[in-house]
Amino acid sequence: MRIEAENISVRLGQVDALRGVDFAADAGEIVGLIGPNGSGKTTLLRALASLRAADGGHVHYAGRSAAEVGASELSRQIAYLAQGGEVHWPMRVEALVALGRLPHRRRFQRSAAADREAIERALLAADIVALRDRTMNQISGGERMRALIARALAVEAPMLLADEPVAALDPLHQLQVMELLRKKAVSGGGVVVVLHDLALAARFCDRLVLLNSGKVLAAGEPASVLTDANVAKAFGVDVVRGAHDGATYVLPWSPTKRQ
Amino acid sequence: MRERISYGALVAYLSLLVIVLAAGSLSVGYAPLDIREAVVDAVQGRSTLGALVLVELRIPRMLLGALVGFSLGIAGAAMQGLLRNPLAEPGITGVSGMAALGAVIVFYFGLAGGAPLVLPLGGIAGAALATFMLYGIAGQGAGTMTLILAGVAINSFAGALTSLALNLAPNPFAVTEIVYWLLGSLADRSLQYVWLVSPLMGIGWIMLVMTGPALDSLTLGEDTAASMGFNLGRLRMQLIAGTALCVGSAVAVTGSVAFVGLVVPHLLRPWVKQQPGKLLLVSGLGGAALTLLADVAVRSLPIRPELKLGVVLAIIGAPFLFGLIWRLRSEA
Repeated sequence: MRIEAENISVRLGQVDALRGVDFAADAGEIVGLIGPNGSGKTTLLRALASLRAADGGHVHYAGRSAAEVGASELSRQIAYLAQGGEVHWPMRVEALVALGRLPHRRRFQRSAAADREAIERALLAADIVALRDRTMNQISGGERMRALIARALAVEAPMLLADEPVAALDPLHQLQVMELLRKKAVSGGGVVVVLHDLALAARFCDRLVLLNSGKVLAAGEPASVLTDANVAKAFGVDVVRGAHDGATYVLPWSPTKRQ
Repeated sequence: MRERISYGALVAYLSLLVIVLAAGSLSVGYAPLDIREAVVDAVQGRSTLGALVLVELRIPRMLLGALVGFSLGIAGAAMQGLLRNPLAEPGITGVSGMAALGAVIVFYFGLAGGAPLVLPLGGIAGAALATFMLYGIAGQGAGTMTLILAGVAINSFAGALTSLALNLAPNPFAVTEIVYWLLGSLADRSLQYVWLVSPLMGIGWIMLVMTGPALDSLTLGEDTAASMGFNLGRLRMQLIAGTALCVGSAVAVTGSVAFVGLVVPHLLRPWVKQQPGKLLLVSGLGGAALTLLADVAVRSLPIRPELKLGVVLAIIGAPFLFGLIWRLRSEA
């Protein structure tokens, strides 16, 4: 499914959080949303998920508006992984992952075999099969994040919108989660992911969109977005870069010196 | 043991407990009564003393205990689910305070004795007014936090007017009447009360039970719940309406009965593995059981005039809450 934002603006109180942003993500690709704190990444992701209506412009899902698609259908087309890992009751991990199947369930209908299989696939993909019977307060922060990722994967939606899914993870699980998103894209799904780690963004994303003060500063292939000038302008840092196995990596190194 | 008991078994056990306590409630009272004889008389339409005691006193009291307890339990679970806070209770909406005020106004103007149902109708009118006030605020797209604040404001407004009624009460009898009624009791309520409130409560129960999946999804926060296709505005409206029907009716017949809505969901949450949706029905049954038990206790204790139900529940409830806090503290 193609998700497309056309010239959208969002005001949050007195602040212009997004100003005339164009964005598109297709099936089969990972699009990374990068930008400094407060640049509008989460606001854009929420607008794409139809959690916040845009004050100007349009968001289209395979050419249709959110109203035309309908909330129920949209909840099966888009899985949204919120930032911060909010979990209010210490449920069992498996029950939490099973919440991802709610969009597929009719009222008072019990979980079907298809739901159970989707839950198993999600537990396996997020590497938390062994944790399934633990409660959410008996596992570490990184494990919680993986359980929440598994919840989003269990929706098995064509499009996954993930807000900083690797922020709380150790290096191994950061790589595993990015591989997971890669796998989803390879198997035909679309992924939009908010990232702060420029190295992961450069390596795993097909395209990057760099936001700065609510506007798109640059968009395109990672190499064309993560130029010295763009990174310095958006983040105020200088980077070092190198090549490994045919891929380039980017590492923030020092604050940009003011001229 | 908590880990192994299934949801179905838990519902079955609690239902059985409610039935046993309901039978217990029928068999406890002040007039000596041969239950079997009274049932036979009542069924055959003979108006013997036994049949009268059974039909006019024991059965309404038992039914109201179960109805009120179920309503408070399920509404407590619903509010804790909506606010995602184990300290939430149905009174937080302001509905119970306004229902109490409605009844107090009936007493104040000396209308309580006029017709049999004026008192509960006054309570229901108060609850309805509180609901419209909440809708008036929430209708403008208010979030959960605004709703809580509105509930707190409505509650303190109702409390202030209740105090004013006591302050201006025409005579000491009115004051005594109001204060006693506010303490909460199931004594001397007729079957008419049951007919009045049971349909309202029934609708409330259905509205609340239907929010189960949405409350489950709210565990992950409002954005995630909305992304799963739940309309949060509509969910809040439905929860307020259901809670108002349950709690407004309950307070209208019994006066203030606190703690059931707070303690019961809290106690049963581990048994449903912390799932807010499954907690609803279970808390209703648990609330019915606790209320029946407390009402059997007030009639069995050798204290006359009998203790008020609300007082006994508060006395049981408060130390229980201390215990829970102690346990939470040691877990943290």
